[in-house]
Amino acid sequence: MSRKRDNYETSRWKKFKDWLDGEISPLDRGMEAREAFFVKEEVSAEPIRQETEGPELSGAGEEERRREVLRARGIRYFQRFYKVMSVALCLGIILVLLWTVASLPITGNAANPDNNEVAARYIERGLQETGAVNIVTGMILDYRAFDTFGESCVLFIGSCCVLVLLRLDSDSKNESIRKMIAESNDRHYEPKNDLILQKCACVLVPVIMIFGIYIVLNGHLSPGGGFSGGAVLGSGFILYLNAFGYEKMGKLFTEKLYKRTTLCALTFYCLAKSYSFFTGANHLESGIPLGTPGAILSSGLILPLNICVGLVVACTMYTFYTLFRKGGM
Amino acid sequence: MSFVQNFPFFSIILAMFSGIVSSVLSGKKARNLSLAMIVVTTVLSACTLGFCLRTGESYTFMMGHFPAPWGNEIRAGVLEGVTAVLFGVVMFLSVVGGIAHTAEDVEDGKLNLFYIMIDLMLSSLLALVYTNDLFTAYVFVEINTIAGCGLIMIRQKGRSMSAAIRYMIMSQLGSGLFLIGLSLLYDVTGHLLMSPAKDSVELLVATGSYRLPLLVIMAVISVGLAIKSGLYPFHYWIPDTYGYATPTGSAVLSGLVSKGYIFLLIKIFFRVLGYGNLVESEMVNVLYLFGITGMVMGSIHAIQEKDTRRMIAYSSVAQIGYIYMGIGLGTTAGMVAAVFHIFAHSATKALLFISAVGLYEVSGDRKDFVSLRGAAYRNPLAGIGFAIGSLSMVGFPMLSGFISKLLFATSALASPHKMLLTLFVLAVSTTLNAIYFLRLVITLYSRPREGDRPLPDNPVVRRSWELKFAVICFIILNLVLGMASQPIVQAITDGLAMFD
Amino acid sequence: MIAMNVNLVQHLLLNIEETVSIVLFGIGFTILLLHRNLIKKIMGMNIMDTATYLFLAAKGYITGRAVPIVVDGIQDVEAYINPVPSGLVLTGIVVSVSTTALMLALTIRLYERYHSLDLDEILILAKEEEQT
Repeated sequence: MSRKRDNYETSRWKKFKDWLDGEISPLDRGMEAREAFFVKEEVSAEPIRQETEGPELSGAGEEERRREVLRARGIRYFQRFYKVMSVALCLGIILVLLWTVASLPITGNAANPDNNEVAARYIERGLQETGAVNIVTGMILDYRAFDTFGESCVLFIGSCCVLVLLRLDSDSKNESIRKMIAESNDRHYEPKNDLILQKCACVLVPVIMIFGIYIVLNGHLSPGGGFSGGAVLGSGFILYLNAFGYEKMGKLFTEKLYKRTTLCALTFYCLAKSYSFFTGANHLESGIPLGTPGAILSSGLILPLNICVGLVVACTMYTFYTLFRKGGM
Repeated sequence: MSFVQNFPFFSIILAMFSGIVSSVLSGKKARNLSLAMIVVTTVLSACTLGFCLRTGESYTFMMGHFPAPWGNEIRAGVLEGVTAVLFGVVMFLSVVGGIAHTAEDVEDGKLNLFYIMIDLMLSSLLALVYTNDLFTAYVFVEINTIAGCGLIMIRQKGRSMSAAIRYMIMSQLGSGLFLIGLSLLYDVTGHLLMSPAKDSVELLVATGSYRLPLLVIMAVISVGLAIKSGLYPFHYWIPDTYGYATPTGSAVLSGLVSKGYIFLLIKIFFRVLGYGNLVESEMVNVLYLFGITGMVMGSIHAIQEKDTRRMIAYSSVAQIGYIYMGIGLGTTAGMVAAVFHIFAHSATKALLFISAVGLYEVSGDRKDFVSLRGAAYRNPLAGIGFAIGSLSMVGFPMLSGFISKLLFATSALASPHKMLLTLFVLAVSTTLNAIYFLRLVITLYSRPREGDRPLPDNPVVRRSWELKFAVICFIILNLVLGMASQPIVQAITDGLAMFD
Repeated sequence: MIAMNVNLVQHLLLNIEETVSIVLFGIGFTILLLHRNLIKKIMGMNIMDTATYLFLAAKGYITGRAVPIVVDGIQDVEAYINPVPSGLVLTGIVVSVSTTALMLALTIRLYERYHSLDLDEILILAKEEEQT
């Protein structure tokens, strides 16, 4: 009877049943073998380690430290493999792509396939069709505006994700988060009253702001546009914040203002472009005057769109900075 | 031009707009807006589908005042319509099913941000489905990636955040490859819109110029999107990502996000690179090999796994292997099977994740096999949902998985070189599927034993009606896909024919 | 064979901008894939993205032509470079800014929790944290 029982204990059926109950895994044996392999490696390496770190290895934490060593050993094993792999992979990718580049058309040649009727129309008729002197702006905000709208949404969702990760809500129920707020609050070091910084900021901030506004407003006339101008504006805000502290900045720029500005700008962008897509696809006249090319009030929707993008980017840059610095405005 | 033709554009813009507006709403309002938006976009997609079925042809829609090679464009046809409707339905049910858990996992002040992610995720999925422009596709792939990352890390647990960064790293690798592929393609064709780019590619193939760059472009774009959709050797991010997101996040990520990329890949194959050229260049054979390896290895990993949620995630690896195997067969029948499997898998996997949540909540939120023993008696509906999902994955008749396996097998019969291997791997993979899924189902329906770890005294049971509703609807969806598959298969075949 | 190689190298040198950008792309890709330090991974990602933009910008350039901003009403194709890649680069830069910000934010959160920037270590620590 007992023999039969023994048989049952080791039988395949019992194993199957155990596995079915979630108690063992049939493929565990493979894993065990690999672990044993690592243990062996580790034993041979142990004497060397003990020579260098002998005194520390005794005591109650030995078991833990042994595990630590084992893990480090495993990682180091992978590391060597990693290095060889990475160099091989890097060279492989580079070689394949270089081989490709070697059979691509030569840079700077006017006869290349990409200088075709698409680019030609943008250059030849862009001024008349979009009203923008800057052909690139005309292209991204009129011909290929859907991409650019998508791009603004990327920025919007990126800032939402950063908000999720870094914003610390003061009314949060979570104890650890409240502790984090207390730690990250660097307001008691303020104002630092660094005179040099403040004087420099007094001179620089207005210039930076005006330059940023200039870039945004002249996006359709000269190099620039919403994104670059917005980034300049954002950096002006950041400089002001660093010189004068959150107290003063808080009077000017709050989270509410950020939300409202982003909402209004993106809503306007969305509605304006929807109108233009809708009229375009249904072959209706959009009825938006293009103005005289070269004047500041020209090129239809491009100027307001640039302002919207500039506002969104400036706010987002500033918010990124404050969130990264202390988790809120 | 009929007014219905505007609907694809409306649905994309509507989804984006509700995301933008949600940034100032409270969590609850954002949720309601999001649900309403999903319903409306699904209805709009259904109207588009009806229009395309009635006229029997696809159409392009100018995004702006400028025609094809100059302005952006979207395109709608039967296949796009079916996919958009299905994505909308799965998205709606996933969000509804996970409402209670979402409210619990996400901080109150950040709940509206979660629904922003959902809105923009849907808009990017629709844009990926409808797009007719390669660079638009790139931009929306990025929105999709960031929104997906947001859905994972919004849980703010250590494991979810490490999963999110892994997901982000792998996705960025994929995006980088995709972007360099697009740049190379732009370099040799000079076009970013799909139809003119295809004409250029055909011309290049006919004249035999730029043969190597074209091959590299095919490889780089396929590998880039394969990394993002989690094909076997690039699957390392999948189990963590699907295992530690919120329930809605898991269902959406596994059911829709990876499918969106695969759909885009199919679209690029047909509408830009030319499926015939891919078959000729042997590129499909590489995908085929990756696919069949994934089918077997994903299942083996799933058998090894003790955490049931990670097990379901690993089964996704196997199922994505199926899809790539179908693409790799190199025949239209194989492609039809692959597209049908996209639908079947997104309906089934979302059902599995949502009903698994119903089982975890009656087991003290534990996810190992022993704790789940008998869970189906504690939450019968979730148990039935899980059992049906498992049977569908295994390929039980009347369910959606059966039809896709049938389609795979019949299409394999038509391609002589790959017939034996495909049928063999299908058999092996089905057996392995059966092993791990039925094991879990048997566990769910066996009585708890004496020696088991006791459940917590007062398990937090949130028997929300939303979860029940979602599970029932998912079961119905599965049955519909399984029993009324004929019109859907017909629609896929017609839609693929329209791609050329 | 040697003649072919010389040809190849010559072509690569003529395409020097693209050659450089491809080499940078490979380096960035490898760092992003295989480096264990998260900050360096993010740097790798940025190198990779920027290399792609360099590639695109090089593609748009035509020797001896001006930036595509209409001057003195001259609207001749012969006068300006290709504006399309410039526009694509602009869009791409915004995308890369957003992803970089997101990855950095994630890194900060992970560092606060685990006091490590090593991805392998973070994964191990996260696993242990969950088990306890």
